[in-house]
Amino acid sequence: MVVPPDGLRVALFATCVNDVMFPDTPRAVVSVLERLGCTVEFPMEQTCCGQMFTNTGYFDAAVGSVRAYVKAFAEYDYIVAPSGSCTGAVRHQHPMLARHAGDTALIAAADEIVTKSYDFSEFLVDVLGVTDVGSYFPHRVTYHPTCHSVRVAKVGDRPYRLLSQVKGIDLIPLEDSAQCCGFGGTFSVKNPDVSVAMGADKARHVADTGAEYLITGDNACLMHIGGLLHRQKSGVKPIHLAEVLAHTEGGAR
Amino acid sequence: MTVTDPAARRLTPAPPSGTLIGMPAFPANARAQLDNPQLRSNLRKATGTIRAKRTAHVAEVAEWEDLRLAAEAIKNRTLRHLDTYLMQLEESLQRAGATVHWARDAEEANRIVVGLVRAKGADEVVKVKSMATQEIELNEALEEAGIAAWETDLAELIVQLGHDRPSHILVPAIHRNRSEVKEIFEREMHQYGTPAPDTLTDEPADLAGAARRHLREKFLRAKVAVSGANFAIAETGTLVVVESEGNGRMCLTLPETLISVVGIEKTLPTFADLEVFLRLLPRSSTGERMNPYTSMWTGVTPGDGPQDVHVVLVDNGRTKVLADPEGRPALRCIRCSACLNICPVYERVGGHAYGSVYPGPIGAVLTPQLRGIGSDIDKSLPYASTLCGACFEVCPVRIPIPDMLVHLRHKVADKKRRGRPRLEPTVMAAGSWAFSDHTHLEKVEGLARIAATVMGRTTHLGPLPWPAAPWTNARDLPMPPRESFRAWWKKNRSEEEQ
Repeated sequence: MVVPPDGLRVALFATCVNDVMFPDTPRAVVSVLERLGCTVEFPMEQTCCGQMFTNTGYFDAAVGSVRAYVKAFAEYDYIVAPSGSCTGAVRHQHPMLARHAGDTALIAAADEIVTKSYDFSEFLVDVLGVTDVGSYFPHRVTYHPTCHSVRVAKVGDRPYRLLSQVKGIDLIPLEDSAQCCGFGGTFSVKNPDVSVAMGADKARHVADTGAEYLITGDNACLMHIGGLLHRQKSGVKPIHLAEVLAHTEGGAR
Repeated sequence: MTVTDPAARRLTPAPPSGTLIGMPAFPANARAQLDNPQLRSNLRKATGTIRAKRTAHVAEVAEWEDLRLAAEAIKNRTLRHLDTYLMQLEESLQRAGATVHWARDAEEANRIVVGLVRAKGADEVVKVKSMATQEIELNEALEEAGIAAWETDLAELIVQLGHDRPSHILVPAIHRNRSEVKEIFEREMHQYGTPAPDTLTDEPADLAGAARRHLREKFLRAKVAVSGANFAIAETGTLVVVESEGNGRMCLTLPETLISVVGIEKTLPTFADLEVFLRLLPRSSTGERMNPYTSMWTGVTPGDGPQDVHVVLVDNGRTKVLADPEGRPALRCIRCSACLNICPVYERVGGHAYGSVYPGPIGAVLTPQLRGIGSDIDKSLPYASTLCGACFEVCPVRIPIPDMLVHLRHKVADKKRRGRPRLEPTVMAAGSWAFSDHTHLEKVEGLARIAATVMGRTTHLGPLPWPAAPWTNARDLPMPPRESFRAWWKKNRSEEEQ
C-alpha cells in the first residue's frame, strides 16, 4: 500500500439511504480515507440526491435536495459518496433540476459542483491514485456492477481494480453481471412483480457463484438483492465495497 | 334457427378482441405475462441469442461510435428541417411518377388506402412487414371494407394466423416457439388458402416451406401490395425496404399497384445518408453484418415492376412529438429493436404488456407521446423501466431513452398532482419536506430510531400488509439500526472538529 501525501480535505456525502439504513458504509469510507491520509468532514446540512423524486417525475420536490446539496458542499473541492447512483444523480440530474427551477444562482452552483462530486471508487483510483488500500478480506465473494455506477457515474472497472488488490479475497465472476437487478428506485414498488422477477434471476446467479458475500457499490440495489437472498435463506451476505476495503489484517476496521 | 358466427364471415383471421389503448396499466399486464413460463423461456432464449449476435457483429466495426454520432446528427438535421425535406420528397416522388398522399391521422391514412384498393377493383392485398400499417391498424380497416390483407413476413403470418398481436418490432412472433407455430399452421392455413402439408414437423425448414407454399399463390394472384419503408430519400424520391426473407421483394415487384404507407419521420435528406444507416440497422436489429434483401425503388420504372405507385405520408401524432424538444429524439428511431432485446424488463414480460405496437423501451417513450397520457396504459408506460440505461448504450441513433422516460414521468406526475388527491403526490410532498432541510431529516431519522428500538433484536422484516406489501411480499426488509450515521458522527466526531 502506498500512502499518498497528507492533507486532502474531503467532504463525505453519506446519502440518505446509508445515513438511515446502512451507517456502517459511510463509517467504512471514513476509515479508508483516513487510513490514506485524508481529512474527512461530514457537513450536517446534507440530505439526499433527490433521485427518488426526480425519477418518479416530481421535479419540484427534488429541487429542495439540490439546494441542500449545494449548501452543504459548495465550499469543498472533493465530495465523495459511497454510491454510483447518487453520484450519478448529482452529476446528471442536478443541472437539469436547477434549470427546471429557473434559478440562475442554483444553475451556476449545480454546474460547478458536478465536477467536484465523486463516487468512492473513482476518488480512490483517480484522485488518490491508489488501487491497493491495504485491505484484507479472506472470503469468497462476487461483485454486481450496479447500472447507475456503470452507465451514469461511469466508474468503469475501478471497483474490480480495487477488489483485485484486496489480500486473501477470492472474487468469483457473476453471470449476466451487466444486467439490471430490478431495483430501479420506485420501480421496485410500482412494478413489484417485474422487479422481483429480475431480482430473482440476479439472486440465482449470485447463489450459483457459491460466494459468501455479494458486493456492490450501491446499498439500495444491495437492499433489493439482499432482501431476496435473505428471504430465500441463501446465506449469502450483502456488503458494500467500502466495507470490504475497510477490513484490514489484524482488525476489522 | 341457425346462429351465424360473425367471425365466420371474416376474410382474414380475427385479431384478439379489445383495443390496445383500452388495456389495463402496465403492472397488471406484466403480472399476467410473468405467470406464463413458456413465454419466459421463449423470450429468454430469443433475446439472449440476438443480443449475443449483435454484440459480436458490432464489435467488428471499429468506427461504430462514429456511425452512431453521424446517424444522430443526420436525423436531428432532418427533423429540424422536416417541412423542407418533406416538400422535397413529395416533389422527387412526383417527378419519378409516384402519386403522393398526405394523411393527418390513422383514419385518414386508412381511408386513402381503402380508396386506392377499391379503385383498382381488388378484394385483397399482399403486405410487406410494416410498423406504420400496424400502428394505423390498416388490416382491420381493409377487412371492414371487404378487402383481405395478407401478411407475408413469416412472423407476421404466424401472428395473423394465430389470431394474435405482434409482441416485438422485428420478430413479432418472438413469444411463440416452433411447436406452437406448427399447431397454428395446421389449424389455420387451410381456412385461408394453401393448407399446411400433412407431413409438417416443427423443424424450422419445414415450417418455412409450408409458409412459402401458402404465400406463393397469394403473391402470384395479388394485384395490389401494401408496404411501409425503412427510409424515404428526399433528394431522389427513393423508398427503401430492408428485410430478410424476400417476401418483401415479391410484394414490391409482382403486383401492378404498390401503396407505401410511410411515417413522415422516415425521411432522409440524401441517398448518401444510407451509407450510415444501412451499416447501423442490420447489426443493431438482427445482429447480421448485412440483411439478405435491400429493395429500393424510385417511383415508376416503365415496363418493370408496379406501374401504379402511391406513397401515403402519415403524421398520426408525429408533429406533436416534434413540437417537444425533450420528446423529439424518439423520432430518430429506425425500428431496429436493439432496445427491446437488451431490456431486462422486456425480456421478462414480452411485448403484449406494453399495450402498443411499439413495445419495450422505445415504445415506452414513443407511445405516450403519439397517443397522449390520457389512458391508464399510456400513463403507466414511462414507469415500465428501471432506468438501467442499457437501451441507450445499444441504440444506433443514440436516443436518450432513460432521460426521456424521466421527462415523461414528470408530465404524468404533473397531471396527477393537478387531479384529485392521491397517495403518491402526498408521499412525494412529505419526502420533499424531509429532504429539503437537514433539520427536517433529523426529525424523520428520530422516528426510524424509535421503530428500531421498539423492534428490539429484529434484524429483518418479513411479509407485511399494505403499504409495505409491494416490497415485503418477496423481499425481506432490513431494520434501520438504532443509530443513524449522522447521530454517530455527532456523538463521536463533531467535538474533535470544533
